[in-house]
Formats: sequence, structure tokens, C-alpha cells
Amino acid sequence: MQYKGVTIHYHLMLLPGMIILFIYNLLPISGNIMAFQDYIPAKGISGSEWIGFENFTYMFELESSRRVFFNTIFIASMKIIMNIIVPVTFALLLNEVIFMKIKRSIQTIVYLPHFLSWVVLAGVLIDMLSGNGLINKVISFFTGETMFFLASNTWFPVVIVLSDVWKEFGFNAIIILAALTAINPALYEAADIDGASRLRKIWHITLPGIAPTIVLLSTLSIGQILNAGFDQIFNLYNPLVYESGDIIDTYVYRTGLINAQFGLATAVGMMKAVIGFVLIILSYRLAYRYANYRIF
Amino acid sequence: MDLVGKKASISMNVKGKKLNITDMIILTILLVISILCLLPVIHIFALSFSSSSAASAGIVTVFPIDFTFAPYTQIIDDPYFFNSFFVSVKRVLLGGIVNFVLTVMMAFALSNEKSEFRSRNLYMWIIVFAFMFNGGLIPTYMVVQSTGLIDTLWALVLPTAVPIFNVIILMNFFRGLPRALKDAAIVDGSGPWRMLIQIYIPLALPAIATVTLFSIVMHWNSFFDGLIYMNKTENMPLQTYIQQLVIRPDEITSANKDEIMQKASSRTFNAAKIVVTMLPILVIYPFLQKYFVKGITLGSVKE
Repeated sequence: MQYKGVTIHYHLMLLPGMIILFIYNLLPISGNIMAFQDYIPAKGISGSEWIGFENFTYMFELESSRRVFFNTIFIASMKIIMNIIVPVTFALLLNEVIFMKIKRSIQTIVYLPHFLSWVVLAGVLIDMLSGNGLINKVISFFTGETMFFLASNTWFPVVIVLSDVWKEFGFNAIIILAALTAINPALYEAADIDGASRLRKIWHITLPGIAPTIVLLSTLSIGQILNAGFDQIFNLYNPLVYESGDIIDTYVYRTGLINAQFGLATAVGMMKAVIGFVLIILSYRLAYRYANYRIF
Repeated sequence: MDLVGKKASISMNVKGKKLNITDMIILTILLVISILCLLPVIHIFALSFSSSSAASAGIVTVFPIDFTFAPYTQIIDDPYFFNSFFVSVKRVLLGGIVNFVLTVMMAFALSNEKSEFRSRNLYMWIIVFAFMFNGGLIPTYMVVQSTGLIDTLWALVLPTAVPIFNVIILMNFFRGLPRALKDAAIVDGSGPWRMLIQIYIPLALPAIATVTLFSIVMHWNSFFDGLIYMNKTENMPLQTYIQQLVIRPDEITSANKDEIMQKASSRTFNAAKIVVTMLPILVIYPFLQKYFVKGITLGSVKE
């Protein structure tokens, strides 16, 4: 059914949001031309000197920026892999629980860390991982040694990946659990009659049943490979672990806003945005082709 | 362990279901996982109620040692803490309302079919583009600066005023509502605003509760915009304050640095500040928790 003269109201409903999106989201994209300038804040974009691709060539020559790109991809890939394996395993285990009350209580508890900020969690983690903290008390009880997790380039990425998985696995399991409930129960009944064991039912019914969801989540995560988690690393790292923990976003923050190398920092940020944009488009195309997924 | 065993045996008697050794192992693993999720929260609570000598000896685990309120009374003497707490409260209220109004209006307009609202797809493409692509840290900072928002509450509200992910979730939810409702409302002479307020909003309450929870949590939890857009300590929201004083006290850039550093932080004092910071989330979470699973699965999964 159609009614006349109402589209003006729809435009009105969208207007304030579109103005804000334009100013704070789309307009800054044009600011990326700073990447091609020797930007000097006092002179502004119109007054600064154009230097072509100099910032980009300088970026590729810098040892630190290569390390930063490597760290970003390394940490993000580890997180992506673990953030699929752990929630799937957890959902499969939870699915085996037949008591609804226990199931729901466990779910409520494991979602909780997702809603706490990295500032708060970093405060807790720094305390727990310190030389005098809870975790070192346990370790020194068994081995007699003290580990400095947040000051060691070997342990820092491990702490980053594990703490991220710890925070998000419950929340990531929601979509897997939703896929599990969509599996036809008749399949399990048939398998019971055929005398299938628990593991066989998981292997032949449950896993194929959630496979499309796993494929979809993996495909969509390709687009996130340059997002290694700014809030988390920014709050947990220190100069001792720049070598293993510095990622693009933290690097842009330090070179740009702290050291005022606006041109270089914008070039690094732009590089990230362009690669990220291509990857997102790619991942959404793959998701559409293989899992028939659309965002709208 | 005992608790689960007890509950399980009760259910076992009622339903006549049989618990074998595999079930017990699975339950035990899940119980350990749940405890691991709560442990850091419990530990920081225990620390915040312990005496500072017990804390520095490192003997506090999950129960407070030498129970005391001293760290909390110490907070009362810290005017910056309370000040930033209220900045955060103001930010959540203002930002939450702005997010809510814009999300609902935009989701409703976009939930129309293309045949009814011809420009819909154009808007949709702009929104999806903005969702995937942004200007990056430094250009965004410059726009916020040039629109004069630095050191105002609006710097924390306006750049995040349109939560695009939430708009898409709610739009998908609206599109799932029966078409006949809309037709009936049109026949009864309802305009789009009335339809939104009297039909769509009440019917979409689980989805709206979900996106509102997301936006409130986002506003309460973000620290970075407070860090870069606020130069004065009295304008900083709580998470930024915690970040500056508890996590990186060596990097305070504020003008009144010396004054702040005089309030030297102890481990229990910091723990108490962290507890107060997470308390609002812990309080609202159980109430909204039941909605969000339903909201997110209905809104984001499409057939």
C-alpha cells in the first residue's frame, strides 16, 4: 500500500543523522590529502607544501613502520583464528548441557567481560600480571620464578591474544549458539536410532550444521585483519614491548598526535584505511557469494 | 562443583535424565571457564576492600584480607574522580539520547522498501560507505577541532552520534515486522511519525533495548576521545581519568599535572577506582542481558 506525500518525512528523519555523518565521518576522508604534504599545522592544508609521495616512500624505508605492519597482521590473525576456535568449542560444549538453568547462568557469566572496557580490564590485568600479582604468585608457587609478562617481547603478544579471546569468546559464541538451535532436531533423533555416539553426532550433524556460520564469520573477519585492537594494546603496552606490540593505530597516535609528524602519520593511517577498505569489500563479496550474506 | 552436582541431581530426579561421566566432565570444564571469566572481577573487588599492607604483600586472592573501606573513603577525597564520574554520567545521558533518537528515526526511514521511498538505496549506500571507511585519526581530530568541539561535552557525543551498526540492526528488525501492521495503520490515517512512535517503537522493544545497551556501554567505556579531545582534566570522562592516573600515570599531559600526581595512588586505591568505574555496567547488565541475545540474533541474522 502506498501513501502520498510522506517521503518528505523520511528525508526529515534522515537529515540530522546524515549531516552529522557528513561532517564527522565523510569530511575527514578529504583530510587524507595531508599525506601528500609536508603538513605544518600553522599553515593549514592550503598553505602547506606539496611533496607528492615522499611520506609514503619514507614510510616504507622506516624500519619501525615495517615492524608495525607485521605486528598488526600477526596479532590480528592470531586473534581471528583463536576467536573462531574458542567460541565454537565453547558453544559445542555448552550445547551438550541439558539443564537450561545452568546453561543460561553460564552464558550470562561469560558474556560479562565483553561489556567491560579495556581501560578497566587493563587496570585489572596489569595488577594481576605484575611481579607481585595473582598470576605470578601461582607461577612462583610451582616454579619459583617470576615472569614479567607485560615487559617481555615473547609474552606480550601471547597476553594480548589470550586476553582478547578471554574477553570476547562468550559474546562471539552467541551467533554460533543461534546457528546450533537452527539445526533440525529430527536429525539427532534419527542418529540416536542408528546408535550414533555423542562424538559421531557432533561430527556428522552439529559441525556440518554450523559450518556455514563458521565460514561466514571467517570470511567477514578478513576485513578486520588490520584492526589488531587499539584500546587493548594502547592500555597494556609500554616502550619495552614496542618491538612486539606496536600496531598501526598506536603508531599513528604516537607519531601523529604526540610527535606531531602529521603528514607521515596520515600516510600510515591512509595506507591502513585503503588496504582495510579493499579487504572489507573483498570479504563482503566472498560472504555474499559463499554464504549468501548481505548487510541490508 | 558441589553446586552443579546438586542441581544436576535434582534435575536428574525430576526429568529422569541420566548424567554420565561425559556430562560431568563437560559441566566441570564449563564451570571452570565461568570462574575464569569472573575471577579478575572478583579479585579486583577483593583487592579494593583489603588493607594496603595485605595488597602489597600480594596475599589477596578472591577474599578481602583485613576488610576495610579505607580505599573507598580515600576516593571521596579525590575531587577529580567525582568530577570525571559526573562527566561520564552526563555523556551517557546526552549521548544515549542522541544515539537513540537518531537510530530510531534513521532505521525507520530506511526500513521502507525502495518502491515506497525512492532515495532509500542512495542513503543506504552512503551509510554503508561511512560504516566501512573513515578518515582516520588525524583528519578526524582536525575536523572536530575546527568545528570548535574541543573541551566540550559535544566532542564526545557528536562524532559518535550515528551508531551505524545499531541503525542496521534496528532497520533489519523493523523490516521483519509484519507488513499488514503498516497497511492497517495507513488505512486508519496514521502518518509516518505516529506510526513510528505508536507501532514500531513498542513492537521493537527487545531490539531497541539491545542497541540502547550497546550505545550506553560504548559511551561509558570509551576513553580515547576523552584523551584526545579534552585538554583540561576537569572535562575528562571517568575512563580517561582511570587511563591517565591508574594505567599510565607517567604520561599525564595535563596542565595541572603536579596537583594530580600529589594524590599518589596505592594499589588498593586504584582497585577501588576500577571497581567504581565498572560498577554501573555490572548494575545495568543483568537487567538488559535477557534482551540482547534475542535482539542481536533477530536483528542481524537474515534469511
